Amino acid sequence: MQEIVQYLFSGITTGAVYAVIAVGLSMLYSSTELINFAHGEFVMIGALAMVTLWVRIGLPLPVAMTGAVAAGCLLGLVFERFAIRTARNPEPITLIIITVGASIFLKGVAMIIWGKDPFSMPSFSSHESIEIFGAALLPQSIWIVTAALVLAGGIHLFLKQTLTGKAMVACAVNKKAAWLSGIPSEKMGILAFGISAGCGAVAGIFIAPITMSSYDMGTLLGIKGFCAAMIGGLGSLWGAFAGGLLLGILESLGAGLISSGLKDAIAFVLLLLILYIRPGGLFAAKEAKRF
Amino acid sequence: MTDNKKTIWIEYLVFICAVSAFGLVTENTYYLQIMTFIGINTLLALGLNMLMGYTGQVSLGHAAFYGIGAYTTAILSGTYGMNPWLALVCAVAAAVLIAFIVGLPTLRLSGYYLAMGTLGFGMIVNIVIREWAGVTGGASGFVGIPMLEAGSLVFMSGAGYYFLVWGIVFAAMIICRRLLASRTGRALRAIHDGENAAVAIGVNTHFLKLEIFMFSAALGAVAGFLYAHFVLFISPESFGFMFSIKIVTMVVIGGMASVWGALLGAAVLTLLPEVLHGFAEYEMIVFGLILMVVMIFMPQGLTRGIMDMIRTAGRART
Amino acid sequence: MKQKHLVLAMLVTSLLILPVSGAMAANVYKIGGIFSVTGRASFLGDPEKKTMEMMVEQINAAGGIDGHMLEAVIYDSEGDPAKAVSAVNKLIHKDKVIAIIGPSTTPTTLAVVNFTKRANVPLISCAAGIKITTPVDPWVFKTAQSDLLAVAAVYQQMKAAGIKKIGILTVSNAYGESGKKQLLGQAEKFGIQVILNESFGAKDTDTTTQLAKIKAAGPDAIVCWGTNPGPAVVAKNAKQLKIDIPLYQSHGVGSPKFIELAGDAANGNILPTGKILVTSLLDDSDPQKKVLQDYQNAYENKFSGNVSGFGGYAYDAVNLLAGALKGSNGDKQKIRDNLEATKGYVGATGEFNFTPQDHNGLSPDAFVMVEIKDGIWTLLK
Repeated sequence: MQEIVQYLFSGITTGAVYAVIAVGLSMLYSSTELINFAHGEFVMIGALAMVTLWVRIGLPLPVAMTGAVAAGCLLGLVFERFAIRTARNPEPITLIIITVGASIFLKGVAMIIWGKDPFSMPSFSSHESIEIFGAALLPQSIWIVTAALVLAGGIHLFLKQTLTGKAMVACAVNKKAAWLSGIPSEKMGILAFGISAGCGAVAGIFIAPITMSSYDMGTLLGIKGFCAAMIGGLGSLWGAFAGGLLLGILESLGAGLISSGLKDAIAFVLLLLILYIRPGGLFAAKEAKRF
Repeated sequence: MTDNKKTIWIEYLVFICAVSAFGLVTENTYYLQIMTFIGINTLLALGLNMLMGYTGQVSLGHAAFYGIGAYTTAILSGTYGMNPWLALVCAVAAAVLIAFIVGLPTLRLSGYYLAMGTLGFGMIVNIVIREWAGVTGGASGFVGIPMLEAGSLVFMSGAGYYFLVWGIVFAAMIICRRLLASRTGRALRAIHDGENAAVAIGVNTHFLKLEIFMFSAALGAVAGFLYAHFVLFISPESFGFMFSIKIVTMVVIGGMASVWGALLGAAVLTLLPEVLHGFAEYEMIVFGLILMVVMIFMPQGLTRGIMDMIRTAGRART
Repeated sequence: MKQKHLVLAMLVTSLLILPVSGAMAANVYKIGGIFSVTGRASFLGDPEKKTMEMMVEQINAAGGIDGHMLEAVIYDSEGDPAKAVSAVNKLIHKDKVIAIIGPSTTPTTLAVVNFTKRANVPLISCAAGIKITTPVDPWVFKTAQSDLLAVAAVYQQMKAAGIKKIGILTVSNAYGESGKKQLLGQAEKFGIQVILNESFGAKDTDTTTQLAKIKAAGPDAIVCWGTNPGPAVVAKNAKQLKIDIPLYQSHGVGSPKFIELAGDAANGNILPTGKILVTSLLDDSDPQKKVLQDYQNAYENKFSGNVSGFGGYAYDAVNLLAGALKGSNGDKQKIRDNLEATKGYVGATGEFNFTPQDHNGLSPDAFVMVEIKDGIWTLLK
């Protein structure tokens, strides 16, 4: 049964990918009560920007990373300014469709800029996999898990300890009240989107060496990211992290032990189960209505 | 009230005349086929419109019912040789049953949770269709769907199918209108305006939402049936997430809560790729832009948006 | 309610404007093309479209066919069967083409054949599925090698190498499914046993689970059947898991992109491919060598990016059609008959010999087995 260890490691690899995407998503929700269906596309932009900056142009790794994250943040800010804030009717149905439209738009732009072919990217450290308990673990997976942890931890600290962070949370809880107490809710919205988009870009940067980057990589990853975030509990950062890992591991175990064809269905069955039984997710104690 | 009724009948008359005239006059099969596709898409948009526009429920998995309708009739009439019209009944029944089972727990959710729930449902149906290869033909698709016949008349692509589809669209429009004018319709509007208030006056919101969900599923299944016997080949990619988004776009553009709006939305979205054919590479960009722009500036849909613009322009002149 | 009136007005107006068809020049041979230029199969449709345009230009520069110029009307199916149907109807009824080349994928082809058959328009598809030409329809032809031949080539080589047990890993789309069917169906004939069959999604980022499962079952070799980028991920994962048994791929990865994506992990992979990938290694006496060199030079001079076997399908389709147009005077029945009677045409994909029972026209030597060594394709024998 040594394969089970391998399934677990594979699950951690995929799970880390989902986790790092879900963290950015949950973060946005916790500060603006918005779900960004275009989040997967920010991940894609981060990955493709890395390909251009690091592989094509050949900038040093830290510079390329900063560049890619900056590109993501900038895009998030523009998106917030023009798409979200100008919306005349910010009801959930409207916002859902705006972000869906944005995701299609971004995909189209990416296709024009980077073309339709996929790109590969070398790992940050060595290629060789590490052998633990007879199963192989890629060093890049460890990078991804670390990135997810750092993001989750960092944002958590930001929201809980800094004044700006607390102000952001206040806006999410009650915008009018926050505004009355002098918090510039507009600026908070901008900041939240910028950070969330940046998180997405970070996710893209770290997962690019494992996945093949292409203009359409964001769709499925984004959807799985939403599942992970919901499973863990929307708005809970640690929930997103745990949800992602859990989803990855369950998918892997399902593929290995049951059937690899139905692997994708596992994510969605899990999602539906969570929504029916415990909509708040595994780690959040909030009720699920929200709207 | 009688005035209103008269306007409705005039509208119907104009509609029937326009559709019939087009069908009889046009010889070019290409245009007839485009219009046939618009008709099929209108059925889908009508169903989703009832759900989204009048109950405010977002469904990102509507293509699933389209697929269930198409595959049920394909399997029953293609593999088992059942009479396609009987298969239609089975297709609708299957869709309604599945809508009931799925809707019961899912419609208790709202907002983003409902959206994700319907998305998950849609993806699961798509994966099942793909993996159940022995029955559905799997990812390679289902070949050998028979054409529709009624007595000695065979409905091939062209004028025959055109009239069949638009006849059904017309019937669907009438049914939708009736539904909206009835007690159910008023209860629906109550939910849309304020769900808590509706509950307070005794509207059984959950049951109502379920009813509409099942109705929209039925319409989707009919659309799937018509598609299957038109193209005579179906494959899972036509019934996936991207198509669910397309149907949502049709409803949104046409204007939620508008029966004619569904027609407009379907028409715009079917004709857009034809118009853009020279710019196929930019189609995604245009499509995404349209979605965003319409929802940002004209969330009630294109028709209301244009009307508003005309009205404000008129006002500015006086 | 004013809104409804607006919609009705728009409906009526558009219905009145639409049926405006244009007149046509009778001297031009209009041929249609449907390719998946965008979408998930763009690696097929993009080179196919470019090749068709290039070939039509070439033919016209040489004086056309029987004095008639060719005009190519090409639409993008985006890999979507419904769009392909719209495109084919436009070509048949609006553009009134006399023959159609494409589509690029099997589902899109199967969706359009019902319409081309009914309209009696010859169709030369560039897709691989055998369902397209089995059972044979008088009006449907194809130029891509079918997976039947590809699998036969792989199994032939395995038999010679003494491989008995294999595990297969296929993509869950039409291409992978068709390959799986062939792999399972032909195994016994070559004395091979498929001990495990797994699948993975075209966009999956990790296949180590499936590979670990296969590795644990102890096969002599693994066969992966998919198109880029999936198989590149499989190759990389196989290396990470330190799998040392041979990894076979399908002809779907037969393009430089695979080596670029998989990097070192591509080395040692064995696959069947059209001769186009190893043109320089071919014997000078091979009749295909010159054809391939000409095609390669023309394509790479005109477009950026390397030539691939996929564009070759369109190359052959255009040439076959051009041959069939000679002496046909634009009559669709004649074109069809000429096509069916084509023998001994040496193309980029192989040598074509059509018969009323065989509308694919290729034989097993349309494939050669290659192995990737140091990032280069080398002939196996």
